[in-house]
Amino acid sequence: MNDAVHSRLAEIINKHESDILKEWLDNQRAEGTLTKGLEADVQQQSREFLASLKNSLRQGRSDIMAPEWTDLRDLLTNLSRNRMQQGFTPSQTGTFIFSLKQPLFERLRKEFGQDAHGLAQEIWTATVLMDKLGLWTTEAYQKTREAVIARQQQDMLELSTPVVKLWHGILALPLIGTLDSERTQVVMESLLQQIVDTGADIAIIDITGVPLVDTLVAQHLLKTVAAARLMGADCIISGIRPQIAQTIVHLGVELGDVITKATLADAFAVALTRRGFAVQSIKT
Amino acid sequence: MEKIPILKLGDFLLVTIQVDMHDRLALALQDDLSSRVVSSGARGVLIDISALEIVDSFIGRMLGNIAAISAVLDAVTVVVGMRPAVAITLVELGISLKKVRTALNVEKGMELLRQAFEPRSQNQ
Repeated sequence: MNDAVHSRLAEIINKHESDILKEWLDNQRAEGTLTKGLEADVQQQSREFLASLKNSLRQGRSDIMAPEWTDLRDLLTNLSRNRMQQGFTPSQTGTFIFSLKQPLFERLRKEFGQDAHGLAQEIWTATVLMDKLGLWTTEAYQKTREAVIARQQQDMLELSTPVVKLWHGILALPLIGTLDSERTQVVMESLLQQIVDTGADIAIIDITGVPLVDTLVAQHLLKTVAAARLMGADCIISGIRPQIAQTIVHLGVELGDVITKATLADAFAVALTRRGFAVQSIKT
Repeated sequence: MEKIPILKLGDFLLVTIQVDMHDRLALALQDDLSSRVVSSGARGVLIDISALEIVDSFIGRMLGNIAAISAVLDAVTVVVGMRPAVAITLVELGISLKKVRTALNVEKGMELLRQAFEPRSQNQ
Protein backbone atom coordinates (compact mmCIF):
# COMPACT_ATOMS: atom_id res chain seq x y z
CA MET A 1 0.00 0.00 0.00
CA ASN A 2 1.41 3.32 -0.91
CA ASP A 3 2.29 6.00 1.54
CA ALA A 4 0.56 8.85 -0.27
CA VAL A 5 -2.81 7.30 0.40
CA HIS A 6 -2.00 6.95 4.01
CA SER A 7 -0.91 10.48 4.55
CA ARG A 8 -4.21 11.50 2.96
CA LEU A 9 -6.19 9.45 5.47
CA ALA A 10 -4.35 11.05 8.36
CA GLU A 11 -4.89 14.45 6.87
CA ILE A 12 -8.63 13.89 6.44
CA ILE A 13 -9.04 12.65 9.98
CA ASN A 14 -7.11 15.63 11.21
CA LYS A 15 -9.27 18.03 9.25
CA HIS A 16 -12.60 16.66 10.40
CA GLU A 17 -11.57 15.24 13.74
CA SER A 18 -14.31 16.83 15.84
CA ASP A 19 -17.08 15.99 13.32
CA ILE A 20 -15.94 12.39 13.00
CA LEU A 21 -15.75 12.09 16.76
CA LYS A 22 -19.25 13.49 17.18
CA GLU A 23 -20.80 11.20 14.57
CA TRP A 24 -18.85 8.24 15.86
CA LEU A 25 -20.18 8.81 19.36
CA ASP A 26 -23.69 9.18 17.92
CA ASN A 27 -23.26 5.84 16.19
CA GLN A 28 -22.05 4.19 19.36
CA ARG A 29 -25.04 5.63 21.18
CA ALA A 30 -27.33 4.23 18.51
CA GLU A 31 -25.71 0.81 18.84
CA GLY A 32 -26.39 0.90 22.54
CA THR A 33 -22.77 0.53 23.55
CA LEU A 34 -22.66 4.01 25.04
CA THR A 35 -24.59 3.55 28.25
CA LYS A 36 -25.24 6.51 30.50
CA GLY A 37 -22.68 5.92 33.21
CA LEU A 38 -19.88 5.30 30.77
CA GLU A 39 -20.41 8.21 28.41
CA ALA A 40 -17.53 10.29 29.71
CA ASP A 41 -15.20 7.30 29.60
CA VAL A 42 -16.13 6.34 26.07
CA GLN A 43 -15.78 9.92 24.88
CA GLN A 44 -12.32 10.07 26.38
CA GLN A 45 -11.40 6.70 24.86
CA SER A 46 -12.72 7.67 21.44
CA ARG A 47 -10.81 10.94 21.49
CA GLU A 48 -7.61 9.20 22.47
CA PHE A 49 -8.18 6.56 19.84
CA LEU A 50 -8.60 9.08 17.04
CA ALA A 51 -5.53 11.03 18.11
CA SER A 52 -3.48 7.88 18.34
CA LEU A 53 -4.79 6.60 15.00
CA LYS A 54 -3.81 9.87 13.37
CA ASN A 55 -0.34 9.71 14.84
CA SER A 56 0.20 6.14 13.76
CA LEU A 57 -1.10 6.83 10.25
CA ARG A 58 1.36 9.70 9.89
CA GLN A 59 4.22 7.24 10.35
CA GLY A 60 3.01 5.78 7.09
CA ARG A 61 2.88 2.04 7.72
CA SER A 62 -0.31 0.06 7.51
CA ASP A 63 0.93 -3.00 9.41
CA ILE A 64 -0.68 -2.63 12.81
CA MET A 65 1.91 -4.95 14.35
CA ALA A 66 4.62 -2.39 13.53
CA PRO A 67 6.19 -0.50 16.45
CA GLU A 68 4.52 2.76 15.33
CA TRP A 69 1.20 1.26 16.33
CA THR A 70 2.20 0.16 19.81
CA ASP A 71 0.34 2.99 21.54
CA LEU A 72 -2.85 2.31 19.66
CA ARG A 73 -2.61 -1.43 20.29
CA ASP A 74 -2.09 -0.87 24.02
CA LEU A 75 -5.04 1.49 24.07
CA LEU A 76 -7.27 -1.12 22.46
CA THR A 77 -6.02 -3.89 24.74
CA ASN A 78 -6.83 -1.81 27.82
CA LEU A 79 -10.18 -0.87 26.37
CA SER A 80 -11.25 -4.44 25.69
CA ARG A 81 -10.05 -5.55 29.10
CA ASN A 82 -12.14 -2.84 30.76
CA ARG A 83 -15.16 -3.62 28.61
CA MET A 84 -14.91 -7.30 29.44
CA GLN A 85 -14.90 -6.50 33.14
CA GLN A 86 -17.91 -4.25 32.66
CA GLY A 87 -19.76 -7.13 31.03
CA PHE A 88 -19.74 -6.09 27.38
CA THR A 89 -20.07 -8.83 24.76
CA PRO A 90 -17.32 -9.31 22.16
CA SER A 91 -19.53 -7.80 19.42
CA GLN A 92 -20.24 -4.75 21.53
CA THR A 93 -16.53 -4.38 22.08
CA GLY A 94 -15.85 -4.78 18.37
CA THR A 95 -18.55 -2.24 17.56
CA PHE A 96 -16.37 0.42 19.15
CA ILE A 97 -14.07 0.20 16.13
CA PHE A 98 -16.57 -0.70 13.45
CA SER A 99 -18.92 2.16 14.20
CA LEU A 100 -16.11 4.51 13.24
CA LYS A 101 -16.27 3.29 9.65
CA GLN A 102 -19.43 5.12 8.66
CA PRO A 103 -18.38 8.68 9.68
CA LEU A 104 -14.91 8.09 8.32
CA PHE A 105 -16.14 6.89 4.91
CA GLU A 106 -18.59 9.77 4.77
CA ARG A 107 -15.74 12.24 5.12
CA LEU A 108 -13.68 10.39 2.56
CA ARG A 109 -16.54 10.55 0.09
CA LYS A 110 -16.88 14.29 0.54
CA GLU A 111 -13.15 14.87 0.23
CA PHE A 112 -12.66 12.84 -2.92
CA GLY A 113 -15.85 14.02 -4.63
CA GLN A 114 -15.75 12.84 -8.24
CA ASP A 115 -12.47 10.96 -7.96
CA ALA A 116 -14.06 7.50 -7.88
CA HIS A 117 -10.80 5.66 -8.29
CA GLY A 118 -9.06 7.49 -5.45
CA LEU A 119 -12.11 7.07 -3.22
CA ALA A 120 -12.37 3.33 -3.83
CA GLN A 121 -8.71 2.86 -3.03
CA GLU A 122 -8.86 5.00 0.08
CA ILE A 123 -11.97 3.25 1.36
CA TRP A 124 -10.34 -0.10 0.80
CA THR A 125 -7.26 0.95 2.76
CA ALA A 126 -9.41 2.28 5.55
CA THR A 127 -11.59 -0.86 5.65
CA VAL A 128 -8.60 -3.16 5.88
CA LEU A 129 -7.18 -1.02 8.64
CA MET A 130 -10.43 -0.88 10.62
CA ASP A 131 -10.94 -4.61 10.25
CA LYS A 132 -7.46 -5.30 11.54
CA LEU A 133 -8.00 -3.02 14.51
CA GLY A 134 -11.40 -4.58 15.16
CA LEU A 135 -9.94 -8.06 15.09
CA TRP A 136 -7.17 -6.98 17.39
CA THR A 137 -9.79 -5.75 19.86
CA THR A 138 -11.66 -9.03 19.74
CA GLU A 139 -8.46 -10.94 20.13
CA ALA A 140 -7.48 -8.88 23.16
CA TYR A 141 -10.94 -9.51 24.61
CA GLN A 142 -10.49 -13.23 24.08
CA LYS A 143 -7.04 -13.24 25.62
CA THR A 144 -8.30 -11.49 28.72
CA ARG A 145 -11.03 -14.11 29.01
CA GLU A 146 -8.58 -16.95 28.59
CA ALA A 147 -6.37 -15.48 31.29
CA VAL A 148 -9.36 -15.45 33.62
CA ILE A 149 -10.18 -19.07 32.82
CA ALA A 150 -6.59 -20.17 33.34
CA ARG A 151 -6.51 -18.42 36.70
CA GLN A 152 -9.75 -20.03 37.77
CA GLN A 153 -8.44 -23.43 36.76
CA GLN A 154 -5.37 -22.88 38.89
CA ASP A 155 -7.56 -21.73 41.79
CA MET A 156 -9.68 -24.82 41.44
CA LEU A 157 -6.63 -27.05 41.49
CA GLU A 158 -5.44 -25.48 44.70
CA LEU A 159 -8.85 -25.28 46.32
CA SER A 160 -9.70 -28.86 45.60
CA THR A 161 -6.66 -30.32 47.31
CA PRO A 162 -6.65 -29.16 50.90
CA VAL A 163 -4.51 -31.09 53.35
CA VAL A 164 -5.97 -30.89 56.86
CA LYS A 165 -4.39 -31.77 60.14
CA LEU A 166 -6.78 -33.98 62.13
CA TRP A 167 -4.56 -34.54 65.12
CA HIS A 168 -0.90 -34.30 66.02
CA GLY A 169 0.84 -36.38 63.41
CA ILE A 170 -2.34 -37.26 61.52
CA LEU A 171 -3.16 -35.60 58.21
CA ALA A 172 -6.28 -36.00 56.10
CA LEU A 173 -6.54 -35.41 52.39
CA PRO A 174 -10.18 -35.25 51.30
CA LEU A 175 -10.18 -35.65 47.55
CA ILE A 176 -13.05 -34.21 45.55
CA GLY A 177 -13.46 -34.64 41.81
CA THR A 178 -11.72 -36.78 39.25
CA LEU A 179 -8.05 -37.54 39.74
CA ASP A 180 -6.04 -36.92 36.58
CA SER A 181 -2.27 -36.87 36.35
CA GLU A 182 -2.05 -33.12 36.79
CA ARG A 183 -4.17 -33.13 39.92
CA THR A 184 -2.33 -36.13 41.30
CA GLN A 185 0.87 -34.15 40.96
CA VAL A 186 -0.60 -31.22 42.90
CA VAL A 187 -2.13 -33.53 45.52
CA MET A 188 1.15 -35.37 45.95
CA GLU A 189 3.18 -32.20 46.25
CA SER A 190 0.90 -30.59 48.80
CA LEU A 191 0.61 -33.78 50.84
CA LEU A 192 4.37 -34.33 50.94
CA GLN A 193 5.00 -30.71 51.82
CA GLN A 194 2.48 -30.93 54.66
CA ILE A 195 4.13 -34.12 55.91
CA VAL A 196 7.42 -32.25 56.09
CA ASP A 197 5.84 -29.18 57.71
CA THR A 198 3.81 -31.00 60.36
CA GLY A 199 6.00 -34.04 60.83
CA ALA A 200 3.00 -36.30 60.38
CA ASP A 201 3.30 -40.11 60.54
CA ILE A 202 -0.09 -41.00 59.13
CA ALA A 203 -2.00 -39.60 56.20
CA ILE A 204 -5.62 -40.49 55.49
CA ILE A 205 -6.61 -40.16 51.85
CA ASP A 206 -10.38 -39.84 51.72
CA ILE A 207 -11.91 -40.59 48.32
CA THR A 208 -15.56 -40.07 49.22
CA GLY A 209 -15.69 -37.22 46.70
CA VAL A 210 -14.03 -39.10 43.86
CA PRO A 211 -16.85 -40.10 41.51
CA LEU A 212 -15.01 -42.81 39.66
CA VAL A 213 -12.04 -45.03 40.37
CA ASP A 214 -10.57 -46.74 37.35
CA THR A 215 -7.17 -48.34 36.95
CA LEU A 216 -5.56 -45.00 36.18
CA VAL A 217 -7.00 -43.27 39.24
CA ALA A 218 -6.02 -46.26 41.38
CA GLN A 219 -2.52 -46.06 40.00
CA HIS A 220 -2.38 -42.37 40.86
CA LEU A 221 -3.57 -43.12 44.39
CA LEU A 222 -0.97 -45.82 44.84
CA LYS A 223 1.74 -43.46 43.58
CA THR A 224 0.73 -40.93 46.20
CA VAL A 225 0.78 -43.62 48.88
CA ALA A 226 4.22 -44.81 47.76
CA ALA A 227 5.62 -41.28 47.79
CA ALA A 228 4.24 -40.61 51.27
CA ARG A 229 5.73 -43.88 52.47
CA LEU A 230 9.14 -42.86 51.14
CA MET A 231 8.86 -39.82 53.39
CA GLY A 232 8.13 -42.02 56.36
CA ALA A 233 4.36 -41.58 56.52
CA ASP A 234 1.84 -44.41 56.30
CA CYS A 235 -1.30 -43.90 54.28
CA ILE A 236 -4.83 -45.08 54.87
CA ILE A 237 -7.35 -44.89 52.03
CA SER A 238 -10.86 -44.21 53.29
CA GLY A 239 -14.27 -43.28 51.97
CA ILE A 240 -14.57 -46.21 49.60
CA ARG A 241 -18.19 -46.46 48.49
CA PRO A 242 -19.73 -49.87 47.77
CA GLN A 243 -19.78 -49.33 44.01
CA ILE A 244 -16.17 -48.19 44.06
CA ALA A 245 -15.16 -51.27 46.02
CA GLN A 246 -16.87 -53.43 43.38
CA THR A 247 -15.17 -51.57 40.54
CA ILE A 248 -11.78 -51.93 42.18
CA VAL A 249 -12.20 -55.69 42.50
CA HIS A 250 -13.68 -56.14 39.04
CA LEU A 251 -10.86 -54.21 37.45
CA GLY A 252 -8.37 -56.32 39.34
CA VAL A 253 -6.68 -53.30 40.89
CA GLU A 254 -4.08 -54.39 43.42
CA LEU A 255 -4.05 -52.01 46.34
CA GLY A 256 -1.19 -53.97 47.88
CA ASP A 257 -0.70 -53.61 51.60
CA VAL A 258 -2.40 -50.23 51.83
CA ILE A 259 -4.94 -50.09 54.62
CA THR A 260 -8.42 -49.33 53.31
CA LYS A 261 -11.42 -48.27 55.36
CA ALA A 262 -15.02 -47.58 54.45
CA THR A 263 -15.34 -44.29 56.26
CA LEU A 264 -13.07 -41.48 57.34
CA ALA A 265 -14.13 -42.10 60.96
CA ASP A 266 -12.84 -45.68 60.84
CA ALA A 267 -9.60 -44.54 59.31
CA PHE A 268 -9.22 -41.84 61.97
CA ALA A 269 -9.78 -44.42 64.70
CA VAL A 270 -7.03 -46.63 63.26
CA ALA A 271 -4.72 -43.62 62.98
CA LEU A 272 -5.36 -42.62 66.60
CA THR A 273 -4.67 -46.12 67.84
CA ARG A 274 -1.40 -46.19 65.89
CA ARG A 275 -0.35 -42.93 67.49
CA GLY A 276 -1.26 -44.30 70.89
CA PHE A 277 -4.41 -42.26 71.46
CA ALA A 278 -7.94 -43.35 72.21
CA VAL A 279 -11.24 -41.54 72.15
CA GLN A 280 -13.19 -41.95 75.33
CA SER A 281 -16.67 -40.92 76.36
CA ILE A 282 -16.62 -38.52 79.30
CA LYS A 283 -20.12 -39.45 80.40
CA THR A 284 -20.35 -42.28 82.84
CA MET B 1 38.38 -38.98 46.44
CA GLU B 2 35.51 -37.77 48.59
CA LYS B 3 33.97 -40.27 50.92
CA ILE B 4 30.71 -40.53 52.78
CA PRO B 5 31.40 -40.88 56.50
CA ILE B 6 29.86 -43.75 58.42
CA LEU B 7 29.46 -42.96 62.12
CA LYS B 8 28.98 -45.55 64.81
CA LEU B 9 26.35 -44.68 67.37
CA GLY B 10 26.01 -47.43 69.95
CA ASP B 11 24.54 -50.40 68.16
CA PHE B 12 23.66 -48.39 65.11
CA LEU B 13 25.51 -46.96 62.16
CA LEU B 14 24.66 -43.46 60.99
CA VAL B 15 25.28 -42.49 57.37
CA THR B 16 24.55 -38.92 56.38
CA ILE B 17 24.79 -38.14 52.72
CA GLN B 18 25.72 -34.48 52.55
CA VAL B 19 26.85 -34.27 48.96
CA ASP B 20 25.11 -35.04 45.74
CA MET B 21 25.60 -38.72 45.04
CA HIS B 22 27.32 -39.77 41.87
CA ASP B 23 27.55 -43.31 40.71
CA ARG B 24 31.05 -44.09 41.95
CA LEU B 25 30.36 -42.55 45.34
CA ALA B 26 27.29 -44.73 45.69
CA LEU B 27 29.25 -47.86 44.85
CA ALA B 28 31.97 -46.88 47.34
CA LEU B 29 29.34 -46.32 50.01
CA GLN B 30 27.87 -49.74 49.34
CA ASP B 31 31.31 -51.33 49.83
CA ASP B 32 32.17 -49.30 52.93
CA LEU B 33 28.84 -49.80 54.59
CA SER B 34 28.70 -53.54 54.09
CA SER B 35 32.16 -54.01 55.57
CA ARG B 36 31.37 -51.65 58.45
CA VAL B 37 28.18 -53.52 59.31
CA VAL B 38 30.15 -56.73 59.52
CA SER B 39 33.15 -55.31 61.39
CA SER B 40 31.10 -53.35 63.94
CA GLY B 41 28.34 -55.88 64.33
CA ALA B 42 25.78 -53.09 64.05
CA ARG B 43 22.13 -54.04 64.38
CA GLY B 44 20.67 -51.01 62.71
CA VAL B 45 21.64 -48.62 59.94
CA LEU B 46 20.24 -45.13 59.57
CA ILE B 47 20.74 -43.43 56.21
CA ASP B 48 20.00 -39.70 56.21
CA ILE B 49 19.41 -38.35 52.72
CA SER B 50 17.98 -34.97 53.69
CA ALA B 51 20.69 -33.16 51.72
CA LEU B 52 20.13 -35.23 48.61
CA GLU B 53 18.38 -33.09 46.03
CA ILE B 54 18.83 -35.02 42.83
CA VAL B 55 18.28 -38.73 42.30
CA ASP B 56 18.27 -40.80 39.16
CA SER B 57 17.23 -44.39 38.67
CA PHE B 58 20.71 -45.64 39.47
CA ILE B 59 21.00 -43.82 42.81
CA GLY B 60 17.44 -44.89 43.63
CA ARG B 61 18.35 -48.50 42.98
CA MET B 62 21.58 -48.14 44.97
CA LEU B 63 19.61 -46.92 47.98
CA GLY B 64 17.45 -50.02 47.69
CA ASN B 65 20.49 -52.24 47.28
CA ILE B 66 22.35 -50.76 50.23
CA ALA B 67 19.29 -51.33 52.39
CA ALA B 68 18.87 -54.87 51.11
CA ILE B 69 22.55 -55.66 51.78
CA SER B 70 22.34 -54.44 55.38
CA ALA B 71 19.16 -56.46 55.76
CA VAL B 72 20.98 -59.57 54.60
CA LEU B 73 23.66 -58.80 57.21
CA ASP B 74 20.85 -58.69 59.77
CA ALA B 75 20.80 -54.96 60.37
CA VAL B 76 17.54 -53.03 60.20
CA THR B 77 17.84 -50.17 57.74
CA VAL B 78 15.91 -46.93 57.89
CA VAL B 79 16.13 -44.25 55.20
CA VAL B 80 15.25 -40.84 56.63
CA GLY B 81 14.78 -37.26 55.49
CA MET B 82 13.76 -37.84 51.91
CA ARG B 83 12.68 -34.60 50.25
CA PRO B 84 9.23 -34.38 48.64
CA ALA B 85 10.73 -33.81 45.19
CA VAL B 86 12.98 -36.83 45.56
CA ALA B 87 10.08 -38.99 46.73
CA ILE B 88 7.98 -37.96 43.72
CA THR B 89 10.87 -38.64 41.36
CA LEU B 90 11.49 -42.10 42.78
CA VAL B 91 7.81 -42.99 42.55
CA GLU B 92 7.68 -41.75 38.97
CA LEU B 93 10.73 -43.88 38.21
CA GLY B 94 8.88 -46.85 39.65
CA ILE B 95 11.24 -47.28 42.58
CA SER B 96 9.14 -47.59 45.71
CA LEU B 97 11.84 -49.06 48.02
CA LYS B 98 9.27 -51.47 49.41
CA LYS B 99 11.73 -53.36 51.60
CA VAL B 100 13.18 -50.27 53.22
CA ARG B 101 11.78 -48.62 56.32
CA THR B 102 11.43 -44.88 56.10
CA ALA B 103 11.03 -41.99 58.52
CA LEU B 104 10.66 -38.26 58.21
CA ASN B 105 13.82 -37.25 60.05
CA VAL B 106 16.78 -38.64 61.96
CA GLU B 107 14.98 -38.36 65.29
CA LYS B 108 12.00 -40.39 64.15
CA GLY B 109 14.30 -42.83 62.40
CA MET B 110 16.23 -43.43 65.63
CA GLU B 111 12.97 -43.97 67.46
CA LEU B 112 11.95 -46.50 64.85
CA LEU B 113 15.26 -48.35 65.23
CA ARG B 114 14.99 -48.38 69.01
CA GLN B 115 11.43 -49.67 68.83
CA ALA B 116 12.58 -52.48 66.59
CA PHE B 117 14.97 -53.70 69.30
CA GLU B 118 12.99 -52.94 72.39
CA PRO B 119 11.44 -55.82 74.20
CA ARG B 120 7.93 -56.52 72.97
CA SER B 121 6.36 -55.81 76.36
CA GLN B 122 6.64 -52.05 75.90
CA ASN B 123 4.64 -52.05 72.72
CA GLN B 124 1.87 -54.28 73.81
